Amino acid sequence: MAVVIFLICFPLVMALASYLVRDDRTRNLLARAGVAVIMAAVLWLVFIWISGGRQVINCYYDTEAADHIILAVEVVLMFIITGLCCRHRKYWISLLSIVPTLLIAWFELEGPETERISHIQIDHLSILMCLIIAFIGGFIIIYSGGYMTHYHQHHVRIKPRKNYFFAMLFIFLGAMFGFVLSSSLLWIDLFWEITSVCSFMLIGYTRDEEAIYNSFRALWMNLLGGTALAVGIVYYGYFAHTVSLDTLVAEGMHGGEFTTIPIALIAFAAMTKAAQLPFSTWLLGAMVAPTPSSALLHSATMVKAGIYILFRLAPAIGGTRTGMLVSLIGGFTFFVTSIMAIGQDDGKKILACSTVSNLGLMVACAGIGKAETIWAGVMLMIFHAISKSLLFQAVGATENAIGSRNVENMHGLMYRIPMLAMFIFIGIAGMFLAPFGMLISKWAALKASVDSGNVVMVLFIAFGSATTSFYWSKWMGKLISRSHVSGSRHEDITLPDERLSLYVHAFLMIAVCLLLPVISRLFVNPLLLELFGQYKVVLPLEVLILLELIIIFVFAVPMAAYRYSKRVKTNVKLSYMSGINMGDNNSFVDSFGASRKLWLSNYYFSDKFDPDRLMVYGQIMAMALMIVLLCLIVGGILA
Amino acid sequence: MAKVKESPWLLHYDGSSCNGCDIEVLACLTPVYDAERFGIVNTGDPLQADILLITGGINTQNKPVVEQLYAQMPRPKVVVAVGTCACTGGIFKECYNILGGADTTIPVDIYVPGCAARPQSIIDGIIKAVDLFQKRSDEHDALMDKQKRKEG
Amino acid sequence: MKMNIISALLYILLAPLAGALMDGVGRKISARMQGRIGPPILQSYYDVRKLLGKQVIAVSPLQSFLLISYLVLMVLTGALFFSGSDILLSIFVLSTAATFLYFSTVITSSPYNTIAASRELIQIMAYEPAVILACVGFYLAAGSFQVDEIASTNTCMLLYTPGFFAAFVFILTIKMRKSPFDVSTSHHAHQELVKGVTTEMGARNLALYSIAEWYENVFLMGMAGLFVINSHWWSIPLTALLVMATFFLEILIDNSNARMKWENMFRLSWEVTLLAAGVNLLILMLIR
Repeated sequence: MAVVIFLICFPLVMALASYLVRDDRTRNLLARAGVAVIMAAVLWLVFIWISGGRQVINCYYDTEAADHIILAVEVVLMFIITGLCCRHRKYWISLLSIVPTLLIAWFELEGPETERISHIQIDHLSILMCLIIAFIGGFIIIYSGGYMTHYHQHHVRIKPRKNYFFAMLFIFLGAMFGFVLSSSLLWIDLFWEITSVCSFMLIGYTRDEEAIYNSFRALWMNLLGGTALAVGIVYYGYFAHTVSLDTLVAEGMHGGEFTTIPIALIAFAAMTKAAQLPFSTWLLGAMVAPTPSSALLHSATMVKAGIYILFRLAPAIGGTRTGMLVSLIGGFTFFVTSIMAIGQDDGKKILACSTVSNLGLMVACAGIGKAETIWAGVMLMIFHAISKSLLFQAVGATENAIGSRNVENMHGLMYRIPMLAMFIFIGIAGMFLAPFGMLISKWAALKASVDSGNVVMVLFIAFGSATTSFYWSKWMGKLISRSHVSGSRHEDITLPDERLSLYVHAFLMIAVCLLLPVISRLFVNPLLLELFGQYKVVLPLEVLILLELIIIFVFAVPMAAYRYSKRVKTNVKLSYMSGINMGDNNSFVDSFGASRKLWLSNYYFSDKFDPDRLMVYGQIMAMALMIVLLCLIVGGILA
Repeated sequence: MAKVKESPWLLHYDGSSCNGCDIEVLACLTPVYDAERFGIVNTGDPLQADILLITGGINTQNKPVVEQLYAQMPRPKVVVAVGTCACTGGIFKECYNILGGADTTIPVDIYVPGCAARPQSIIDGIIKAVDLFQKRSDEHDALMDKQKRKEG
Repeated sequence: MKMNIISALLYILLAPLAGALMDGVGRKISARMQGRIGPPILQSYYDVRKLLGKQVIAVSPLQSFLLISYLVLMVLTGALFFSGSDILLSIFVLSTAATFLYFSTVITSSPYNTIAASRELIQIMAYEPAVILACVGFYLAAGSFQVDEIASTNTCMLLYTPGFFAAFVFILTIKMRKSPFDVSTSHHAHQELVKGVTTEMGARNLALYSIAEWYENVFLMGMAGLFVINSHWWSIPLTALLVMATFFLEILIDNSNARMKWENMFRLSWEVTLLAAGVNLLILMLIR
């Protein structure tokens, strides 16, 4: 299984290499080659795994040396964080790094002897994560090559540190591979910390005041999760004498001793990583960073790490109080942040809110912890990764082209930069429209929550999907309406490597949507079998086939209708403005008899759905919920 | 030939008037006169209207508006001038800003006199317009057929 | 299977007829409520026939293909429903159809249409929870999302799902564009911001829209009927009765209410949905 070690270490080598290369062109070429190697390695891993009969592979049992290296890296990380915190006078944050690191170090050096376990585990879930990380993450890195060129042309005040940026992206990938392939909790903890620090570095890329503030907020929230994780691990290791995630979940499924507290703590940590309320602000604040890093954080890496670990825990938390906590917080986050997105007009903010919202749904699915909900959750994860990555990249490219990422300024984008608008359109359609996977997954989630008798969740989904479709359709409408911008064309300055990534994503989006039944049967069902030891068919084959027909229908009908309507001779009239148009659809006669330009804008209801106020309320509510349920969990153990 | 006379939709425009005829037009829709029994709908939208109903005279300011509304209506269409002002300019005829009746701007087909025009006569005018609308519609269809045959 | 296809075909063929008749009867009843004679029963059919014959005009040439897609998806919604397949599936196709209507409105980007489009979206947001919850209600009461299985249970769904039904009827006012909730477009001469979403529809496009609306209304009535119909013979007249009563109720509401502001519409429909359907949901979950 050298390929696993290669996957973890090679990105680090690439990081070093791209840090050292000063020339942009060489670095971009290097990055492309590196990404290609990573993708090939993942495919090789998948190949080995398939040829092994798609069994769970456990390996690396005796890793004394590696354990010491990992501990050393962890201590180095602690020093880095402490140093950074001291430089920016946020001393207290360093405590969140010092305490868990010392705790882990104490446990490893002085703690009780633990069981001999495998450190690397390859199964369906980790293979899925690897594919997402390598392909979505990889293409995001390729995209960054083109994006960053324009980014620094627009943001001249920001000192270019592209080599640093690329290095961070690569480290991120490496850490994520390590995270999803490890089965030792101690290893998981290290990779967890690395992703926290990496995201901190990426968010603070521009080094202005806002970026620094937001990056430290991200840091402390993630470190808080990391602390909970470390405490959970040490607690479990100290009492149960093992640090295997598998054992923890297997014991937890049967309500084993000493499992409740570590599982609750790890679930808590996962929720901070997945940016659930009350910890959503860090992900929304992460928008200050250049777009590729947002794309990476939102779709392929960081937040998916939280979801990944929750899926792992799902069999153990289903039906427990921890599960209730997780599903309630997830559902609540899904609902509140989808309302929050209505009030946003900044494209990236909408994407961020929607990410948090969709993560909430996945978290809730994990919290309910039934095979059906995990089916929905895994599907959501796949579709969300692709369409969100596509959307971020398309919005980033649009921002470079028109100088703004405000949705209002994307008015008529379909006529100004058709290609980019098309990508945004496909991405958004993927997020909520009928034939695409997100909606199907939402449907499965609804069905599963009804089956598991979770009333609150059903209500959250019913109301939350209504608000979700509101803010997405609003944006799509903006893209296709013309009028006050008609005629002003923009040059499409998207570079070939950006374009490549966008095309691949759009293609993946549609391919995955068409292949849904296949993915479900060949991949997700065995995945559930592995996690739960059994699975129930969530959507029967007939429904899936019917679904395919509808997909084809929904694509074919508009196309046929388009071709047909082009043939019909249509007499084009002016739009109705009570008869006072000034010769075209863009201006009218005002009360002084003068010409006035028309300006159309969407509804945002900032007075009713003020995002900032909602966030505060949401945080308070979620915090209260969390405290009450944590009390219940602790109380359950003491009683 | 398609029968269209069951469904005449009106667009009502009030030009430079005292609003008397305006009120009478609305009176046609009340239970007493119930214009809807002829399938008449008072739509507010020129893109969907068949019959343009004008009350009041034309002045320099509303001339382009009337022209535009007329242009926005799909063929076949009929124009009815309701009330003396719409027919000739009426009491306002000599005013400095008045150009005259509706026919100074667009072709008027039916004139309904009266100051103000009574609902009965308005409905009568509309019914006349409906017949004309049917005739024009037939002509329009024949023309379209001819064109189609030419192309085909 | 054969029966399912036949009933779907019947829907495709007969729904426009039934829809046109329903519309005509509705207008007649409205007129009678106001003390008028009212138009002939076939008036809506006459209107559409005329609209189809007129000159093809449009503000945006792209509008018509979106409207055709809307119409076809609406037909698909009903066909799925009446063929007895998954009800959630048809609801999702319905929401996609609604999105196409929104696109067709917004693509003209005229001032009236833009406002109407936003209001249309608000309407969708207002009614969607109740529709989804109604499906959940069926599932809880009948144990299946399949329409044919729901329709062939032994008991009347309404006994288990009165709250869902109440919420559904409430939002039916929005779906059927009746006062007080006809904020995005209305059927009346007292227009809402000219003609709302139909403002820029030229004659032929309006005809397409009207036909889609007939299909939609028949589908909605079918969904209302699903609350009653079951395997007993007496449920058929009862269903017919309920559908007619619901339809009459909508007209009555239409004629006795003034239009509301969209804020109130939105708040009220969510409140009613949450209270009626939510409480019903809770009870059904508990007794399950």
